[in-house]
Amino acid sequence: MKIVNVTHGSFYALGAYAAASITGALLARGMPPSLSYAVLLGSALLVSVIVAPLIERGILRFMYAKDEVVILLITYALFLILEDVIKMIWGVNPYFIAEPYGLLGSFDVLDLTYPYYNLILVGVAIACGAGLAWMLGSTRTGKLLVAVIHDTEVSRAMGINVDRMYLYTFTFGSLLAAIGGAFTAPTVSVVPALGVEVIVLSFAVVVIGGLGSLPGAALGAVMVGLVRSAAIHYLPQAELFVIYLVMAMVLAFRPRGLFSIAEARKI
Amino acid sequence: MYFVDRLVIAMTAAAFAPAASLAQEAPLKIGVVTFLSGPAASPFGVPARNAAEIMVEMLNGTKVPAPYAARGFGGAALQMQLVDESGPATTQVTEFRNLAQRDNVDMVIGYVSSGNCLAVAPVAEELKKLTVFFDCGTPRIFEEKSYKYVFRTASTATMDSVGAALYVKELKAGKIKSIAGVNQNYAWGQDSWVDFEASMKQLTPGVQVATSQMPKLFAGQYNAEISTVLGAKADVVHSSFWDGDLEAFILQAGPRGLFKRSTVILTTGETAMYKLAEHIPDGVVIGARGPYGPYAPDNELNRWFSKTFADRYGVPPNYAAYQMAQAILGTKAAWEKAQSANGGNRPSTDQAIAAFERLTFESPAGKVEMVIGAGHQAITETAYGVSKLVKGKMTVANVKRYPATMVNPPDGVKAADWIANGFKK
Repeated sequence: MKIVNVTHGSFYALGAYAAASITGALLARGMPPSLSYAVLLGSALLVSVIVAPLIERGILRFMYAKDEVVILLITYALFLILEDVIKMIWGVNPYFIAEPYGLLGSFDVLDLTYPYYNLILVGVAIACGAGLAWMLGSTRTGKLLVAVIHDTEVSRAMGINVDRMYLYTFTFGSLLAAIGGAFTAPTVSVVPALGVEVIVLSFAVVVIGGLGSLPGAALGAVMVGLVRSAAIHYLPQAELFVIYLVMAMVLAFRPRGLFSIAEARKI
Repeated sequence: MYFVDRLVIAMTAAAFAPAASLAQEAPLKIGVVTFLSGPAASPFGVPARNAAEIMVEMLNGTKVPAPYAARGFGGAALQMQLVDESGPATTQVTEFRNLAQRDNVDMVIGYVSSGNCLAVAPVAEELKKLTVFFDCGTPRIFEEKSYKYVFRTASTATMDSVGAALYVKELKAGKIKSIAGVNQNYAWGQDSWVDFEASMKQLTPGVQVATSQMPKLFAGQYNAEISTVLGAKADVVHSSFWDGDLEAFILQAGPRGLFKRSTVILTTGETAMYKLAEHIPDGVVIGARGPYGPYAPDNELNRWFSKTFADRYGVPPNYAAYQMAQAILGTKAAWEKAQSANGGNRPSTDQAIAAFERLTFESPAGKVEMVIGAGHQAITETAYGVSKLVKGKMTVANVKRYPATMVNPPDGVKAADWIANGFKK
């Protein structure tokens, strides 16, 4: 959609809050803990289906004609507003739902212990990435979306309902962010400003990979994760700096990111 | 007719009342600054605000036990003006200027963040506004500079780190070969770790530092740090994490076996011990940044404060609440001492400062002595214990108390030098 969408941080936080509060409430009412994984997914679906269309239809659709930088600023403003909305709804007290994290037990790799839940996180991430790639490349909706991104006017002339495509895409993107927050919630204390850290790190990831590139985002995420972990292990002092060092090095050699998409020049 | 007579007499009496008496009854405006939003609001800011509200209301209503039974400060009612501490230090400096110059408060009591205390102290000095820090821990404030208008009624992070080192040495009977740290990468986390590391090296010669992790403040995810600490196999792991970071660390470290592999010290663990009771196994060393909460002494002030707080808010006061009450009571003690020396008239800021320096006062946490930092920095005793779940309720066991002079440096000596010299007086 050619939108650098900062509200993804808010949807991440909304997903986490919804998952923590709904799962926590159901567990308190005697729900079997094994069902909590489905509830995490359901919570993410619930908030994104309700909030994302409101934002897209209520605000963003009036802004598509404006410059990309203006839309970036609008999504940033929405991000700040949603931070306060979250505080109004959930307050400032932290929420916990640690049951899904410890439920499956742990396994050892050499001397280190890992909860099986971490494998679920990896699985969910791969499933989301692979599913998105399949949808964009192999389904009619995905191909129509690629066409809309490439040229809105021609797509509209060809009979594609561009407004509907925008709505679906924004909602689906928000759902992915909310799933990220919902499945992270059991491992953290869900507190205000949860989305701020994520959006900064995510921005580094997509810039390294190249804006708009799915393989680039995946590679960027793996690079940032590995480089940060290596720094923590071998040179903890450089932990904060190293991510931005990688970003600077990548941009020095490939200013549009590793997997930047070549754009045809319109005449 | 009788009523009219009384009214005329009252109005006449008021018209001819001495100016000093009128001034005495004018309320005192206190700016109270603490986190009302953001990650630090829940564990520190809101309990501290609640404590401030209780103290102001109860002092105005003369419901606080002796020696604080007098109304407000020296008979003058208190008016509290709350300010949110969230945002960068530059915002706090602006907010402080607003309190001092626009709102014209008589004094400011506040600040949880060490970074904010470091930023605000020089401005308080510039504006000549009596300022009392109630919570922030970095020892650098009075070690690097001397201030006339700034006081701190809580002990520094040095007390927490030295106390933790003394406690863990005793707990492990000296069998400590290596230590590790996971602390936040800013003034509080760095100072806490530096003092703890130096203390351990003094108390247990030959101890090795396996790793020192300094993740970003409010990072929230610590799996990589926990992996490194697990791999380092340290006997003791020190953490001064607080707020959501502390809670996230506990939630992530538990399932990964960190609490089983090492003796973990959580110097601010008291703020999370009730909420996360099911996730903190027995044997984790719990600190409360002084003799607060479960370590508070059994005195009348503490019984009154903890009951009043719990009755109103449904939870026991945590250490941030205790420290706010301590700051307000310390300022009241200084104010009334100065007023008494001033013939019962409202003291000037300079007179209040003179009375505050080297003051000793009672708080719900026991005796507080303003004896270091040239009389501007408090010292108190401290205590540590280990977590123990009893019938589903988190308690502390094996509690050891350390006198104030054992865990705080003498006046005029930097904490790092005091520790490096073997804690010599």
